[in-house]
Amino acid sequence: MTRVIGSRLLSTVLVLFGVSLIVFLLLQMVPGDPAVTILGTGATAETVAALRTELGLDRALPVQFFEYLGGLLQGDLGRSLTVNAPVTDIMVPRFANTLILTGAALVLCIVIAVPLGVIAAHKQYSIFDRASMVISLAGASVPVYWFGLLLIGVFSISLGWLPTSGMYNPRFPGGFGDLLAHLILPAIAAALVPLAVIARMTRSVMVDILAQDYIRTLRASGLSTTSVLWRHGLRNALPPIVNIIGLQVGYLLGGVVFVEVVFGWPGLGQQLYTSITQRDIPVVQAGVLFIALAFVIINLFADTAVGLLDPRSRRATHS
Amino acid sequence: MSATVEAGVDRSVAGTPVPSAGAPSGVDAPKPPWRLAVRAFSRDKWAVVSLIVLVLVALAAIFAPLLTPYSPVAGDPVNRLAGIGTDGHLLGLDGQGRDIWTRLLYGGRNSLTVAVVPVLVVFPLALLIGLFAGFQRSRAGETLMRVLDVLFAFPLVLLAIALSAVLGAGLGNVMLAIGITLVPYMARVAYTATVQESSKDYVEAARAYGANPLLLMFRELMPNVVVQLLVYATTLCGLMIVVASGLSFLGVGVIPPTPDWGIMTADGKNVLLEGIYHVATIPGLLILVVSLAFNLIGDGVRDALDPRKQTS
Repeated sequence: MTRVIGSRLLSTVLVLFGVSLIVFLLLQMVPGDPAVTILGTGATAETVAALRTELGLDRALPVQFFEYLGGLLQGDLGRSLTVNAPVTDIMVPRFANTLILTGAALVLCIVIAVPLGVIAAHKQYSIFDRASMVISLAGASVPVYWFGLLLIGVFSISLGWLPTSGMYNPRFPGGFGDLLAHLILPAIAAALVPLAVIARMTRSVMVDILAQDYIRTLRASGLSTTSVLWRHGLRNALPPIVNIIGLQVGYLLGGVVFVEVVFGWPGLGQQLYTSITQRDIPVVQAGVLFIALAFVIINLFADTAVGLLDPRSRRATHS
Repeated sequence: MSATVEAGVDRSVAGTPVPSAGAPSGVDAPKPPWRLAVRAFSRDKWAVVSLIVLVLVALAAIFAPLLTPYSPVAGDPVNRLAGIGTDGHLLGLDGQGRDIWTRLLYGGRNSLTVAVVPVLVVFPLALLIGLFAGFQRSRAGETLMRVLDVLFAFPLVLLAIALSAVLGAGLGNVMLAIGITLVPYMARVAYTATVQESSKDYVEAARAYGANPLLLMFRELMPNVVVQLLVYATTLCGLMIVVASGLSFLGVGVIPPTPDWGIMTADGKNVLLEGIYHVATIPGLLILVVSLAFNLIGDGVRDALDPRKQTS
């Protein structure tokens, strides 16, 4: 197991190296001279030259990359072009807010999708099965930003139950309760699509498992349905489900960008949106980097969890 | 299903042996496989309905000027935000007094183009990458696949957002951004399909009697890989409708006032807080319907190509 984790860690380091290379190259992909694009065509030659030096654009590309990488390892992501502050200082608190929203949505996904899939598989072809699967098929196609707007329209504007945007009440910022009230709608909006996908996957994995001989044997030996389903069935379905959840976190993190824009949630996505309109490329780079980082690390955890849950996968992994 | 794309890179091809459209057909094959597949597809009522819906939406977008007397960009400020069922404006007007039905029609041109064209353009490229890397298993091919793997570390939508952010908004740039984003996903599917197909007996046999590898790859292997990639590409179109409109929603896609379903949804966001819902809900609903239609067609094609589900 240690060896599996070790080799997985090594490949994660390689992936992160690749990720930082791609994020670095984003700046190079800005058409024309990035400095001119960032400053606008009205900028004087001196300001352009100054920005080129500041961004290090006057040096060789590999040199630029390794300086960027060196900075990354020390937590230095450069300076914002619009707010006179280090990018790290802007992004770290926002990253925390994004993780709160993503975490809440993920919990919502898991506690709803997995039981839904298990019950649908147990009652295969029943009304419940068909209804939940039709809804989750449609749910998987829903545009996140549109669904967020619908939620605001119904629950904030029409019913007036929950706040429309933000993370805390601006006038009377409360504690946990205030946060929770602001968190509910965005978390639901972000969770919908991955929830639908995880429910469908859970169902199909469970259907396969429930058809196996050992389940029939357990049933025949008089074990209760609850025990067969949740202790023996789900236990064996967990490794693939955990894998799917890990991958769906990617969709979740992508969707969170839209959700934060729609709900004015002060996270990375909202900052990305602002910085894109202002063409503040270093901040955009940092936002992309943080989200990719979160995705890679969560999948590392998911893979490790699968290794713990399923002894077979430990042998199957070749380093 | 759209969102499985990230999870489903392997799954969508992990399916089943596909009737080998290009494989040497045995003497006892009474019907060409594609006819069996068409018959199986036509029995899937959801897929057929979806196909009809898509064709209608595409036709409506193409013949937009015939279906509306209004301009998609010029508004009637007096009646701005008039609701659904207003006289002469079936779906109402938006915040600038533009007819929503008209903007949906013209917007379909952009929204469908931006979503479907990159998939079509990347298709042959991904096919070639997958075939060469998967069949020859050369060091160069394997290295290329490893390099593409790094791109999977970025959530799909995020990569598309980042690329269009640096490239700048505009129809061409968005398609370029989406195209680049799709390469690793589609190449991976083509690669996996090729590797699976290469291990089958007919390929082993052909290799054993010394068939020309290139001929074997393009004549025998490619049709089977194409079919699997096609299923994946169909569901990708469904996802790309949502993603491309999302880019426009964020302002990194098609540039306003060009009509686009994502921009229309974003326009509706501002008036939603005043309690006016139709501007945002209508275009988003259409995005959902079109995306769902692509996904149902993808499922239908996949099942239709599955010999176990075909009954002749």
